[in-house]
Amino acid sequence: MIEVKDIAFSYGKHQVLKGISLTAASGDCVGILGNNGAGKSTFITCLNRIRKPDRGEVHIDGTDVLTMSLKETAQNIAYVAQKNELSRTTVYDAVLLGRKPYIKWGLTSEDYALCDEMIERVGLGDLKLRPVDELSGGEAQKVMLARAFVQQPKLLLLDEPTSNLDPRNQYEMMALVCEMAKEKGIAVMVVIHDLNLALRYCSRFLLIKDGEVYSYGDISTVTEKALEDVYGIKASLLLHAGKTLAVIE
Amino acid sequence: MNETESRELRPSYQKYIFRKWMTLLVLLVLLVASVIASISSGSSGLTVGEIVRALFGNGTRQSTAIVWQIRMPRITTGIIVGAALAMAGCIMQNVLRNPLASSSTLGVSQGASFGAAFAIIVLDAGSQVNASTSAASAVSITNPYVVTICAFIGGFITTLVILGLSRIVKVAPATMILSGVALSSLFSGATAIVQYFADDVKVASVVYWTFGDLGRASWREIALIAAVTFLAFLFFLFNRWNFNAMESGPDTAKSLGVPVDRLMLISMLFCSLMAAAATAFVGVISFIGLIAPHMVRRFVGNDHRFLIPASMLMGSVILVLADLVSRTIVAPSVLPIGALTSFLGAPVFLSMLFRRRNAR
Repeated sequence: MIEVKDIAFSYGKHQVLKGISLTAASGDCVGILGNNGAGKSTFITCLNRIRKPDRGEVHIDGTDVLTMSLKETAQNIAYVAQKNELSRTTVYDAVLLGRKPYIKWGLTSEDYALCDEMIERVGLGDLKLRPVDELSGGEAQKVMLARAFVQQPKLLLLDEPTSNLDPRNQYEMMALVCEMAKEKGIAVMVVIHDLNLALRYCSRFLLIKDGEVYSYGDISTVTEKALEDVYGIKASLLLHAGKTLAVIE
Repeated sequence: MNETESRELRPSYQKYIFRKWMTLLVLLVLLVASVIASISSGSSGLTVGEIVRALFGNGTRQSTAIVWQIRMPRITTGIIVGAALAMAGCIMQNVLRNPLASSSTLGVSQGASFGAAFAIIVLDAGSQVNASTSAASAVSITNPYVVTICAFIGGFITTLVILGLSRIVKVAPATMILSGVALSSLFSGATAIVQYFADDVKVASVVYWTFGDLGRASWREIALIAAVTFLAFLFFLFNRWNFNAMESGPDTAKSLGVPVDRLMLISMLFCSLMAAAATAFVGVISFIGLIAPHMVRRFVGNDHRFLIPASMLMGSVILVLADLVSRTIVAPSVLPIGALTSFLGAPVFLSMLFRRRNAR
């Protein structure tokens, strides 16, 4: 169980987050929606201590993340950045790095086994020794995702993981995230701009407006009025083949 | 997925890792070969047999003196200083996220050089041995600790400016190098002012001293550089996975549990300490820290488990060979080693700049 209580953050005098709270269960996929500059990326980086919030608490199964060591935090929370700096390292090495919070001196057979499993799961077995900076955008993103899962986190934070991908890779990526989250019992929080992708794959929705929670809940909280208030757009929500679609006017 | 499938990945990865171990072995063999070549070359005409006997304590008084008082200190200095400068370059390139970073391109060596010159001239930490002897031996450091501390302060001030630029202002890599040029000019100016108020002998001493000479360090000074280098190596080796994580950028590194700010500060502190100790005792030796890591990167990649020791070995090989060339190319005269490494490094540095431009 993830409990976020009253997270606030300021850049100098400019308050970006004004107290955000939510709870999420294992296996939940929380879509974080809002305009550019609403504070979505800042919010998720406050959760794993990349940024230090002005106030607030993040509890994972009852333990406050802010009282954990950085290593313990990394064992509990994995993060895939919006822009990944691709080093000249192989796919296998890049994924193996996800075991860093667990490595004492050398690698164990468990480290290798997890790495093998995840590389196969994301479909990059044939590219294991290929330098990451030679991969396509979709492949590189899969490497980052595999690395995050190898961390064996309880909470996975994804910052616009599909922004540079083609439609097929976008859907493949989100399907994989949801499947793995359910299978491994991981709560996922994903900053996402594609409304239809979010409506299709996320189970809960956090709508942020001007650094505050506009609404938080299941798909019923995403209404046409909410979209107009948060994004300033007129959109119709249609039900098609059992799935909700957003059509922007 | 079944077990057989998952097992297919590991052996091929371990083969790939084995190749990296082999690279380290080849570099070690190269270093041993360079040392043998270097110890066998000199103006005294000692045979290999005499050298081996002297090494194991069975030589004549003359051969023992030549091997243990002249050649071995020189070669040992080459090995340690080469390793120290290359390791410093490798780590600076990582923590500053800048492939052009090294103690000489960022002005750390020049800062250290100013500190040492200040100690020699103003604090009288160096003395003239015999002005009529060769240029390189005109100055002797009487108080290596004061020289090292002053060199460290000079180098560390530069490091703090560079760290501030990279963390607070977040300058681009090329701008950081330009800042290094500016800082180098600043310290050159400061050194000139210190020299202006010194007497002729001290000025001559400092000028000769800045040429760079591996034959200058005594066993006491070698032990000091070795201690600093060894401590730094232990720290860097202990943090090898952290450096690998830093390759993905500071945010990702933090999310993997790396204390980024602390790692940067301590790493840069060790780098400036190594550059300062090296500069204090052998003068400014440019470009080793820049080129050695890049030369081995094509074989071991950015994996710091291998990149750190491979860079050290390569740095040692380059410096021992450069020293050999400097002693033999116009024998019996000895060329300044700093000038020789600059001749080697400048074209490599320029080719890297052009390669980066073409890549863009």
